[in-house]
This record gives sequence, structure tokens and C-alpha cells, in this order.
Amino acid sequence: MRVRIDHDKCQGHGRCYTLAPALFGEDDEGTGQVIGSGDVPDDQVAAAHLAEANCPESAVIIEAVQ
Amino acid sequence: MVDVTEATDERFARSFDDLRSDRPFGSRVEPVTGPVSDWATDFSHMEEEWAQDCYRIQDELRERCPIAHTDRFGGAWLPVRHDDVAEIAYDTEHFSSRSPVVGNFRPPLDIAPVGGIPPISSDPPFHHDARKLLLPAFTRTAVAKLEPATREFCHKLIDDIGDVDVVDAATHYAQHIPMRVIAEMLGFPAEDGPKFRQYVEDTLEGINLPPEERLEKVGKLFDYLLVQIRAHLAEPANDLTTYLLEAEIYGEKLDPFHVAGTMSLMLVAGIDTTWSAIGASLWHLAKTPPDLERLVAEPLLLPTAMEEFLRAYAPVTMGRLVTQDMTWHGVDMKAEDWILLSFPAANRDPAKFERADEVVIDREVNKHAAFGLGIHRCVGSHLARMELRVALEVWLERFPQFTLEDAEAVHWSTGQVRGPRTLPLRVR
Repeated sequence: MRVRIDHDKCQGHGRCYTLAPALFGEDDEGTGQVIGSGDVPDDQVAAAHLAEANCPESAVIIEAVQ
Repeated sequence: MVDVTEATDERFARSFDDLRSDRPFGSRVEPVTGPVSDWATDFSHMEEEWAQDCYRIQDELRERCPIAHTDRFGGAWLPVRHDDVAEIAYDTEHFSSRSPVVGNFRPPLDIAPVGGIPPISSDPPFHHDARKLLLPAFTRTAVAKLEPATREFCHKLIDDIGDVDVVDAATHYAQHIPMRVIAEMLGFPAEDGPKFRQYVEDTLEGINLPPEERLEKVGKLFDYLLVQIRAHLAEPANDLTTYLLEAEIYGEKLDPFHVAGTMSLMLVAGIDTTWSAIGASLWHLAKTPPDLERLVAEPLLLPTAMEEFLRAYAPVTMGRLVTQDMTWHGVDMKAEDWILLSFPAANRDPAKFERADEVVIDREVNKHAAFGLGIHRCVGSHLARMELRVALEVWLERFPQFTLEDAEAVHWSTGQVRGPRTLPLRVR
């Protein structure tokens, strides 16, 4: 499982880096950024789903990885 | 008061009244007040019935007429479905932000794309550059630095309340927190808080006043800002006022109206909104003992509960102006019609939220739009969330048991920022 941010949609609400701080961070303008590759370790799966479920712009995307 | 001669920046040598006399005036319509005959065809967010229960009104409209209209304010539309609100928020081509306050005055067309209070009143592409100036000061990391002082101030407010049994949490607690924080950020004297409150009320709740009176009130705010601007020119400080005075856009310093407009935006948008969110959350907890008991027992739930309060009691409704005649989702909109863009209505749409009309303090899926959607997402949202969380944490720590003293005495504001303005709570 991998997370990414659709930067055309992200407006810096910051829900992702608040709810899943191991997966997302903020830049100097408060825009959400994926930390590292975006690969989600097992202990962060719930946090990833929470970030996706609370982004008002639906900019957080979860993808399956082969 | 700093003397004009001390001002070293010629942008601020003249008064705003004087500068404004060079600009076109805009257009006015005669205010229409009084009880609403039918909410689908004659709505008004300025009437007492709206203040008392705008949720019921919007829920009913969603069933029978999801895009309501009124001839008041020179013509306005009120969409109440989440998807309609979102679509308008994302469509800056057909819906301009030139004036975000829906009322009887439309500023002149050529004030766009800057607007009177940038960046909330700005349209692309200018909006992006004006907003970019502000973002670094309002990131979650930047506002976290204000948290210890905010917490200390909340405790002091409760110390000052003293040993009473009943307290008006709206006027003795909630109101003061954002006033203090924004004064600190702008570098205004902390004791000027009560003045800010008056300016905010004049701007947001005075829209049906006669034009001369309204203009005089807005003039007072800009006179006050000019005093603060000149004081900062004489003595620059590490605050947002000095930052705006020195900031540049496209290689030039900001227009004097841009500087003062952004300062007035921070005062007006930063105070009533957060005050309302704190007040509405305390109101809910006071009248819902199981939620209060659970939050006192499970303080880690507060950040989740707080988002639910923001969803259910979203304080802010925005305004847009239609840019051209068009048929939109079956209604005939005319250029210069207002849109009352109700994020509170979007947040209670059952098509978007399960149990939309219930407050579920452990709601896990919550894509609420309390801070807006699209490019105008509230620039102060991280600040507001910090203030709301700290205000609730301190209140619950100091008053783990409180109830609504007199439900009838709770008074809600009219206009585009909804919150309790009187909130008598029994704390002992």
C-alpha cells in the first residue's frame, strides 16, 4: 500500500500530516507532502485510511502496490 | 497617536478616507428587512429566525428547493447541497470573490481581482500571489509557537472569572482568546481587544445599516489601522504588520489598500469565527452531558470531537458574485447576483455525511468543509484549530462539570459568522 497527494487538489488543510504524521509532512506554506516513498508500513495502515477519510479536498490517495 | 510627519512611507501619508475619494464607489440597493415570507424565495441570513435555527431552514430547503433565491440584497442564491457548494467554491471563473460579504453594497467591478480585503476578496491569478505572502505565518508549525502563550491566557481568563457559579462563556471567555492572539500576531496593543470586537460587529452584522452609517463605521476601522501602520513605520517590529509593510508583490511594495485590507481581514476573519467555534462547542457540551463526560474521561478524543463540532456548527458562510448571466443547475443566475455559500449547509448534507444531523464526537470519516474548499481555504485554519483545541482543553480542565444555565438566554448571531454571542453556563 502506498499514499500520494494530488497536488492539484491539496489546499493545505493539513488533515493528513495531523492524522498520519509518520506518512505526511508540511512544507513552508503548509501544503501536505508525502514523506519518502509513500510506502505504508503495516503499523501505519489505519493512519493512512484516516488521512484519506478526512481530507476535505479528497487529495489524499491510497494505492495498492504490487 | 503617531504624528503624520513621522511616517516615512509616502504610501501612508494620506488618510484612507482621502485615498478612497479617488476610487469609484460601487453600487447600493435599498435594504429589505423584516420577517421572511418563504425561505425558498425570500431568504435572509440577517433575520432573527435564521439566527435561531438556520440548520432547520437549510435542511428543509435541501428537501424541496436545493438552490433558494431572494430578491433581498439586490438578488442572491443559496445552494444547500454539499456538491453544489463545492462546485461553486471550485469555480472561480463563474463565481467571483470580489466581495465575500453578502449585503446591499457591491464594490466596483474594477476592484477585482484584488478586492477590498485580499486575499479573501481576490480572484486568480492575483489571489495566488497575495495568499502566498501570508501562508508561511499561518502554517501549523508557525502557529504552534503561539500555543503556550494562548494556554496561559486561557487560564488567566478563567482565573479572572473568579468564584462565580454562572458565567457568560461567550463574552468572558471565548471572545477574548482570538482577540488576544490576533493582536499579538499583528503587533497591536493587547488592551485594544474590545475595539476590534466593535469593528468586527460593524463589518459583519451592520450590513443593513444606512450607507452613511456603515461607511462611517468602516472608516473608523481604517483610521485605527492607519494609526497602527504609522506606529510600525516609526518602529518596525517582528510581527505581521511590519511584514506586510515590507512585503513585495511583482517586485513592488503592496498598495496601501492591500496592506490595510489584509490587516482588516485578519481582524474581522480571525475573531468572530474562532469565538463562534469555541462558543458553539461549549454550548454543545453544556447541553449534552454524555459527550462532556466522555471528553473529560477521554481527553485524547478531543481533536476528533473538535472536528465534529466544526462540521456540525461550522461558523462561516462565504459570499460570491456571479460573473455572467447563465443557467446553473436549472436556475437562471444573473451577473452580479450574490451566492450565499453556506459551508454549514454543505456540512449537514445527508448525501455527503452519515447521520448528518447528529453530533457524533468520535466520527472517524469527516471531510467537513468548515474552513472552505478550494483556493480560498481559510488561511488561518491551523491557528483557529490551535485556539479551539487549547480553549476547550483549558476549559474542560478547569470546569469538568458545567451545564447550560438558561437555554432561552443563549443568543446566536445573524449574518455570515454563526456562533453564540450570549452563553450563560453554570460552572459550579
